[in-house]
Amino acid sequence: MSTTDPRAPRTPESPSPGPELRAQNLQLAYDGRVVVENLDLTVPTGRITAIVGANACGKSTLLRALARLLAPRQGVVELDGVALRSVPTRELARKLGILPQTPVAPEGLTVLDLVGRGRSPHQTWWRQWSTADEEAVHAALEATNLTELAERPVDELSGGQRQRAWIAMAVAQGTPVLLLDEPTTYLDLAHQIDVLDLITDLNRREGRTVVMVLHDLNQACRYADHVIAMKAGRIVAEGAPADVVTEATVEDVFDLRCRITPDPISGTPLVIPLGRHHHDGASPAERPENAVTTR
Amino acid sequence: MSAPPAALSNRPFRLTFPPVSGVLRPRLLLTGVGVAVGAFLLFCWGLTIGDYPVAFTDVIRALWGSGDAGTVIVVQDLRLPRALVGLLVGVAFGVSGAVFQTMTRNPLASPDMIGLTEGAGTAVVAAVVLGWTGGLGLSTLGLLGALATALLVYALAWKGGATGYRIILVGIGVSWICSSATNFLVARGNRFEAEAALGWLVGNLNGRTWSQVDSLAIALAVLLPVTLGMGRWMRTLMLGDDVAAGLGTPVQPVRLALLLAGVGLVAFGTAAAGPVAFVALACPQIAQRLAGTSSPPPLVSGLTGAFVVLGSDLLAREAIPGTELPVGIVTGALGAPVLLWLLIRVNRAGSGG
Repeated sequence: MSTTDPRAPRTPESPSPGPELRAQNLQLAYDGRVVVENLDLTVPTGRITAIVGANACGKSTLLRALARLLAPRQGVVELDGVALRSVPTRELARKLGILPQTPVAPEGLTVLDLVGRGRSPHQTWWRQWSTADEEAVHAALEATNLTELAERPVDELSGGQRQRAWIAMAVAQGTPVLLLDEPTTYLDLAHQIDVLDLITDLNRREGRTVVMVLHDLNQACRYADHVIAMKAGRIVAEGAPADVVTEATVEDVFDLRCRITPDPISGTPLVIPLGRHHHDGASPAERPENAVTTR
Repeated sequence: MSAPPAALSNRPFRLTFPPVSGVLRPRLLLTGVGVAVGAFLLFCWGLTIGDYPVAFTDVIRALWGSGDAGTVIVVQDLRLPRALVGLLVGVAFGVSGAVFQTMTRNPLASPDMIGLTEGAGTAVVAAVVLGWTGGLGLSTLGLLGALATALLVYALAWKGGATGYRIILVGIGVSWICSSATNFLVARGNRFEAEAALGWLVGNLNGRTWSQVDSLAIALAVLLPVTLGMGRWMRTLMLGDDVAAGLGTPVQPVRLALLLAGVGLVAFGTAAAGPVAFVALACPQIAQRLAGTSSPPPLVSGLTGAFVVLGSDLLAREAIPGTELPVGIVTGALGAPVLLWLLIRVNRAGSGG
């Protein structure tokens, strides 16, 4: 591990480690079609966990079940040992936040208004805007670098700003556990890194437990402490990125041959995919544009 | 969108005791007061009109029971029911439209688009033409028709939870079925029966009585507080079901309660005055734009509804001297351009869902 590794300075004795999220013997189904079966999982508290896998492997479904958006057909999801289904709705919303994939804000809704709605689990009909609400919203806007844009309608922002606004809403909710479904979808590379850095800040500074579904394996390796690789509704491997993201696992999970080399910056695994046109046998000299023409 | 002037920008307020806090929205407040005053003026103006003209100031005095006895009788007993039904129906349709549009996040999903008013119409026409009133009044039949249609739409749209988009699609389908059934019944019935049915189908304030005022007022007294009390949940539901659930909203119970309240409002409104066209569709959209909010504000939508119905009724009675058009013809004529504009705008934004 290089010295630039951001994981190093974490203090193990950080206060109140936050609730523990576990799933046992989970079976999840949509309309009778079983998507996830026999799944056991303990989310590492205070860490960033990335769920990776091919399309339709059940990773988003699993995340929805962890957030109680989908009731398990069998098995149970527990938060601190209590089954999610028996936690009162509002109490759950104070402990666990979920940001679904590409949510849509109503036209004309301002950033401030959107982020403010993240406070609704803390509000009652007579206490709709407490000092704590205001502070949480301002802190969330500050953390996501959106203070300047607070009065702008969300639908007029760029994709990256919009995604930051939604994350700000989840941040203002102030939950110790945060679930994110593909938070970088539809963002360009710079904005992807932006969002992932922000998520890392939330975890490092405030000790929030983060679980996110990610498509990009290299980003998952860089930003997550714990990687869960899924295939056809099962967990194939989980653990530290270097243990999970191996040539054998990638081939198994994505049906893709690859080479793995250490990321020159973070030291985490860097996946280099092989394809029909790019593999060990195909040296650069063989490719037509590199062929030396002799006259 | 430019920044609002400072006087109209929202500001928080907090009381230490009782521990009440919230955000003051001056533009919303101002719009509400303005529309309410406008509706009240139209209400009084409507009371001045009739075979026996009464001056505006005399109307206001007569409302409080002072002035000469004859005027009091004319205003309170003969004209007040019509004006009150207009006012209450406007409020009921406006609030109901705001509920449906917020819940489904779609301005097209007003009760008159998803078959509720059509269903009420079918029930009434069926009763008139087939002669199966079962001792119930037309209003009660309209109420039952709207409720039955709502149940049907909800049941058909239910698929492990009813989403807004499915409610709209199923509602439009059911609406067409109901209007076909109505047309069939009107075609089948004799001329006299058909005319009686058509008179009700247009939406009409002529000849309203205190009994219609009473049932509508009671319905509003129950349903309005219930609906407004769920305003907080409506604000999270607008962000989508998953986000709302994540923010601690009991999505399906709230949706069902809102649906029942919205259906109840439109059903009692339809029962009292017939399906007054476009009020539920257009008024929430007008209120939203006046108040500069991102969703239809329920109470202001209701007040706008009252303003539009009372104003349309005035137009209907004064436009062609000597005849009284049904109010629904005027709201229909005024509402059609609003619907077209909405269709174009929603299509352009590409956010039909």
